[in-house]
Amino acid sequence: MSIIHVKTPGLLTTVQDLGREGFGPIGVSPSGAADPISLRLGNRLVANAESAAGLEMTLLGGTFLFLEGAILALTGSDFGATLDGASIDLWKSVHVQPGGTLRLGATRSGARCYLCVQGGIVVTPFLGSGSTQILTGLGGFEGRSLRKGDVLHIGSATRSFRKKTISPQVLKYLSPHKVLRVTPGPQMDWFSESSRRAFYAGTYRVSEQSNRMGLRLKGTRVSQSAGGGMITEGISLGAVQVPPGGLPIILFVDQPTTGGYPKIANVISADLHRVGQLRPGDEIQFEQVTLEIARSLLIEQEKLLASAGLILE
Amino acid sequence: MFATLREFTRSVHQTRVEAVPRYPEWNPAVLYTFPKMRTPMTDGARFQPASDQSLLVYFGQQITLDANQRVRKLLRLLELEPVAGIRNLHPAYCSLLVNFDALKSSHSELETILRGYLDRLEAVRLPEQQKREIPACYGGEFGPDLNEVAALHGMTPAQAIELHASVTYVVYFLGFVPGFAYLGELPEALATPRLATPRRRAPSGSVGIAGNQTGVYPFAMPGGWRLIGRTPIAMFRPDRNNMSFLSIGDRVRFTPISSARFAALENA
Repeated sequence: MSIIHVKTPGLLTTVQDLGREGFGPIGVSPSGAADPISLRLGNRLVANAESAAGLEMTLLGGTFLFLEGAILALTGSDFGATLDGASIDLWKSVHVQPGGTLRLGATRSGARCYLCVQGGIVVTPFLGSGSTQILTGLGGFEGRSLRKGDVLHIGSATRSFRKKTISPQVLKYLSPHKVLRVTPGPQMDWFSESSRRAFYAGTYRVSEQSNRMGLRLKGTRVSQSAGGGMITEGISLGAVQVPPGGLPIILFVDQPTTGGYPKIANVISADLHRVGQLRPGDEIQFEQVTLEIARSLLIEQEKLLASAGLILE
Repeated sequence: MFATLREFTRSVHQTRVEAVPRYPEWNPAVLYTFPKMRTPMTDGARFQPASDQSLLVYFGQQITLDANQRVRKLLRLLELEPVAGIRNLHPAYCSLLVNFDALKSSHSELETILRGYLDRLEAVRLPEQQKREIPACYGGEFGPDLNEVAALHGMTPAQAIELHASVTYVVYFLGFVPGFAYLGELPEALATPRLATPRRRAPSGSVGIAGNQTGVYPFAMPGGWRLIGRTPIAMFRPDRNNMSFLSIGDRVRFTPISSARFAALENA
């Protein structure tokens, strides 16, 4: 088994896979990659199963030493990566020679960059997944973000290096988009008509106080017509909840499993990967679609990700 | 509290009926109808899409043991006889959120299946309720809000402790974070609103109260519940067979302990 030496960890780098689903009854949220499409594609570039664990870097990447070499791919946002001083492209398989050093900097596009390595990052699974949940210290590498000096294990790499890249059509599909599409939330009609209009007409800015649990938004306040008295209930991924202050919060991968604030809307599944790439300061708008449209957009997305021409060799 | 909830429920229903036609962007395609009355168990069950891959099943809009028992029965039945395409379940006081794979199922298909399950709830036998005891050291550094809570209700801290420890609570559900049990019902005389500004950090094991609920923080985390004590018991341990100390439906009592006993149990 070969290893990765963490020379610098970056701002917030965690081990993530596609998360653990099915443990809501004991209060465990799914976690997993904030931009699961980037992780899935990165894994495919290095001949891993889509669900293999990789590193999720946030806003500022780290520096990693591969003493025994590796086959890797970087996906998601552009963090200005170099390998032994020479820049390398996103969305391409890369062969790292023994002793190679991968260095990432500050983001030039979205919030998160994924490092996928052939063999995957090996950690002790918690409830079937290697994903890290920072708040509770569960899963991933010691339940925390990486630190300088950490040593990560890579699963055995059995496939030889092949040059692979992602089709331009897919990359175009993944390019940033200001509009998040939503379906109505379960308490949508608790909000006055004018509040709902304001919610859809307004532009929101992602606050600095955003993380994998939720993205706090700044902008038009939304007020409830029927205030208070909400009974705590289950929360779906991407729910847009509105606490008493009126500023919406998009609940995300490390979200609480239940909560007591009304939800005006819910980001559609096909747009959740975009939420994972939103940085503090980014502007977004909400657009309402029907459940049927949301479903067909998800089906379309999965078709695209399953298409034969996705990976170019 | 219940009286206000009831009033509130009424107002919500009024808003619901009026709000729909007033809102031009509302799309009738996403409007769900109220279910027809069927058996006593499905009476009042209401389906509401929460997202494009989830469906909420409501058993009324009040916190009652009866509604919660239906939640637990539906959860139990879905665990015993899993439905293909259902990926996760989030039980709560009087609702169950069902997450599903939209590539395999639609809201209406799932609703049809779940209605079949609801018709069979009467026959579902819940596992025997375990009795659990939580030793807690009240007040002082462990319960920084105890004095204020007692003062708010015109009692001494000792009376507040006695009252909190006098009741057998029911675990309505686990949620929020791993192993966090929503315990009810707190004696009316202790019911206290949340802190106006949540704490940045409530230590792991903190016993809190909020409204007519009480619970124990399994992890050190931010929180708005008023802290009246702390338990040395680990509420959630990933290396334990039953990771969560409490399970849905358990009966729970708090036992006041001294700080010396707390230290002994913590080091045990």
